[in-house]
Amino acid sequence: MLRVEVSKQLGQFSVDVAFASEGRVTGLFGPSGSGKTSLVSMIAGLMTPDRGVISVDGEALDDTTRRFHVAVHRRRIGYVFQDARLFPHLDVRRNLDYGRRMNRLTRDAAQEKRLSEMLNIGHLLDRRPGQLSGGERQRVALGRALLAQPRLLLLDEPLGSLDEDRKAEILPYLMLLRDGAGVPMVYVSHDPDELRQLASHVVMLKRGRVAAFGGPEVLPA
Amino acid sequence: MFDISTPEWMAVLLSLKVGVVATLVATPIAIALAWALARYEFWGKSIVDAAVHLPLVLPPVVTGYLLLLTFGKRGLVGGWLDDHLGIVFAFRWTGAALACGVMSFPLLVRPIRLSIEAIDRRLEQAASTLGASPWKVFATVTLPLALPGILAGMVLGFAKAIGEFGATITFVSNIPGETQTISSAIYSLIQTPDGDAAGMRLVIISIAMSMAALIASEVFTRRATRRLHGI
Repeated sequence: MLRVEVSKQLGQFSVDVAFASEGRVTGLFGPSGSGKTSLVSMIAGLMTPDRGVISVDGEALDDTTRRFHVAVHRRRIGYVFQDARLFPHLDVRRNLDYGRRMNRLTRDAAQEKRLSEMLNIGHLLDRRPGQLSGGERQRVALGRALLAQPRLLLLDEPLGSLDEDRKAEILPYLMLLRDGAGVPMVYVSHDPDELRQLASHVVMLKRGRVAAFGGPEVLPA
Repeated sequence: MFDISTPEWMAVLLSLKVGVVATLVATPIAIALAWALARYEFWGKSIVDAAVHLPLVLPPVVTGYLLLLTFGKRGLVGGWLDDHLGIVFAFRWTGAALACGVMSFPLLVRPIRLSIEAIDRRLEQAASTLGASPWKVFATVTLPLALPGILAGMVLGFAKAIGEFGATITFVSNIPGETQTISSAIYSLIQTPDGDAAGMRLVIISIAMSMAALIASEVFTRRATRRLHGI
């Protein structure tokens, strides 16, 4: 379970959000500037809340009353960015392996194989990020995040920089991962259709506040 | 014309030794400084930045004289080093390396700083979400991405170091076999009757070394661009 109760002042803008979600995929929905990315940055630990608590499965990651903050690299929270952010100096194979090396995990050949089949990236392993299409890059980024064995995966508009055809190409992979990867996800999007297909719970944000929380039915038509 | 006599060889080899030592010692310091200048805002940053570039614009003889005052046997630092660690710079090849390191330092820092500034910091964020501690982020993302810039800086710094003249001769004089580098050997030869041919040989060698360094530096810079674009 993901529990978030945070407030953060960012210049003129403020985020003040509380929700708890048991869902396999929690959608964060809202127009740009509604605080979605600030919120996931706080969950990831890239940004610290001014006040509040963030916990995953009962384990606190932030608790400002105790001045408690778990550093980004110790949180085991995966993050898939809108721009895949693959390491340009490493080939696909070593990009995928990065999280395992950093966390000193033992190699899990079965999971590697399963994910590379699920994401259809097996034939890309020897390529450099610059030689991949946008959709391929995003699939590798998904694999890279999952192979670090996170307890929660944050996806920040992972389809945001892709055109409609590419979106249609990636969406089935995301549904496969949702059903097959066994990792709870927070999925950020401003596209209600995407969330209808993926999310079990939806947090609707407006100007840094929760406007609605519930099932996908809270999404606008 | 191309039978190179022993003193000339000694000057060439000494220049190479001085250049290598100066570059290897200066590089880690330059990386740390370039990192600080590229990434942090701190009090006195513009003064540090100016101080790094000072050897580029100061008359070399002034830099050499300041080194003599500081690192000479009776200098503040030089005296202490001699008393406590037995390290002597004055009139030794180590002093030549120190002078060359100081003179080439700005050439070393600049490309490294530029290459660190060119790195997309969001890649470092991505690395930390994958479990890399700040030190590992530096070692596995920042440093490899800056590597071509570091190599370019090292090559330029090395080229400058082997050609350095003014500060070196002021600080450690012109002692054959100890502090006589290519530049000071050329200087001596062209002041000696019949030294022209030998001087010319060293001139050609130094042109060749400098050209090679410039080309190598260019190659590294081009590789840096490719690396940053992931191809």
